[in-house]
Amino acid sequence: MSRHLISIDDLDRAGIERILDLARSFAEVSGREIKKVPALKGRTIVNLFYEASTRTSSSFELAAKRLSADVVNIRSAGSSVDKGESLKDTVRTLSAYDPAAIVIRSPWAGAAQQITGWTDAAVVNAGDGKHEHPTQALLDVFTLTQALGGLEGLRIWIVGDVLHSRVARSNILAFQRMGATVTVCGPPTLIPRGIESLGCAAQDTLANLGEADVVYVLRLQQERMQEAYVPTLREYAQRYQVNRARLREGQIVMHPGPVNRGVELSGEVIDSDAALIDAQVKSGVAVRMAVLYELLVGAPVLQVVA
Amino acid sequence: MPDATVVLDRDDMRRTLVRIAHEIIEKNPPHESERGLAIVGVHRRGAILGRRLHGLLTELTGAEVPFGSVDISFYRDDLGLRDHGPGAPVVHSTQLDFPIDGRTIVIVDDVLYTGRTVRAAIDVLFDYGRPARVQLAVLADRGHRELPIRPDYVGKNLPTARDERVNVRVEEVDGDDEVTISALHAGSPV
Repeated sequence: MSRHLISIDDLDRAGIERILDLARSFAEVSGREIKKVPALKGRTIVNLFYEASTRTSSSFELAAKRLSADVVNIRSAGSSVDKGESLKDTVRTLSAYDPAAIVIRSPWAGAAQQITGWTDAAVVNAGDGKHEHPTQALLDVFTLTQALGGLEGLRIWIVGDVLHSRVARSNILAFQRMGATVTVCGPPTLIPRGIESLGCAAQDTLANLGEADVVYVLRLQQERMQEAYVPTLREYAQRYQVNRARLREGQIVMHPGPVNRGVELSGEVIDSDAALIDAQVKSGVAVRMAVLYELLVGAPVLQVVA
Repeated sequence: MPDATVVLDRDDMRRTLVRIAHEIIEKNPPHESERGLAIVGVHRRGAILGRRLHGLLTELTGAEVPFGSVDISFYRDDLGLRDHGPGAPVVHSTQLDFPIDGRTIVIVDDVLYTGRTVRAAIDVLFDYGRPARVQLAVLADRGHRELPIRPDYVGKNLPTARDERVNVRVEEVDGDDEVTISALHAGSPV
């Protein structure tokens, strides 16, 4: 594994499997009375979030704390970013604290890659614009592996707003790397042109949804839509909502959250046994512990300045 | 393995474990240890030897002695100092499915050397609860302690030089039971 985690492409299959193995051990730590191990004692981790987040920021914070690291959380609202400080100056400033890792979430594709040049810290991409969200893909692979034993030969449909989804991009890569075949499905306006070049199939109706073993539903990202991609939410739901009538027995439903209840996913499916959504959230902490451990335990604690 | 001297063969290892099992019972009479005894092996070969001891103790006492295993990877004091990558040790899961509060825990490991592994294993135990007593059983004690730790049960004392390596092979992983000493080759893991 390289020193940073920017894209799923930084990991080969063996690298993903190593993180899954570690995550299993960390899941056990999360089941103890004292949910903490001293692995990153004395190291500092900065969480730099330029975008709203509940799950990702809280699970990265918990992951770092359960590894005994010291955590600094910076949100763009209320920080010097509000006063117009540039990304570069912010990263330079925070790097003065000599953090072992910077976890960054930003609305700009490529931001995580960009800051690797401005800091000595390991950089973890916690979502950069429409580009990638690798730890989400890893926790989804982990959740599926826990539930089904593995992904080899699985048929996975990714349904909804693929165009605006960094989760879709990371998950297509990760699912395929682990041996699954992936089909993306959504209105043509929300399927990026050329998506097949990633190796997946594309569909514009849910007619063949029955062939899927796993239905991965994406959030309709209205905050990223400046134009009309769908006529109305009601019409979108009518054609693309994953609900009980469209699912068959035995299919598994996943969603990265937060869900627009009743839009891309019906309430009854969210609350049913078919949904692994709570398991996904739970996996988040263990998988992020595994990623931080994998990135940081290899790096020297003290850097000798020549 | 070239240049390896066998110090314990299959039969020696079996007899040694039986002796240690008897010593454990002698030191912890079943009616005296209030909340009972439990065996905890350190991954990986310590866990295998621990499981065997657990079997022997269950046989000898006629009562089920709880068995668990700990992985000390996240508790090492040299994290970040060692080379890391595909050759790094595999991390196993800690499994302690019984309450350890008030129990007498016997930690089992294959080789006692610097004592740092045992220190880490004790830390793991204390993250699970408060044992009444912690004892240590090892198949081989090769000396060179760096911490004030001593074993309660020793299979064999093996005076060694630092540039020698003690290899414990167990049937479950390595195909046979054997303890050997060999010269440490440059570049091989410690």
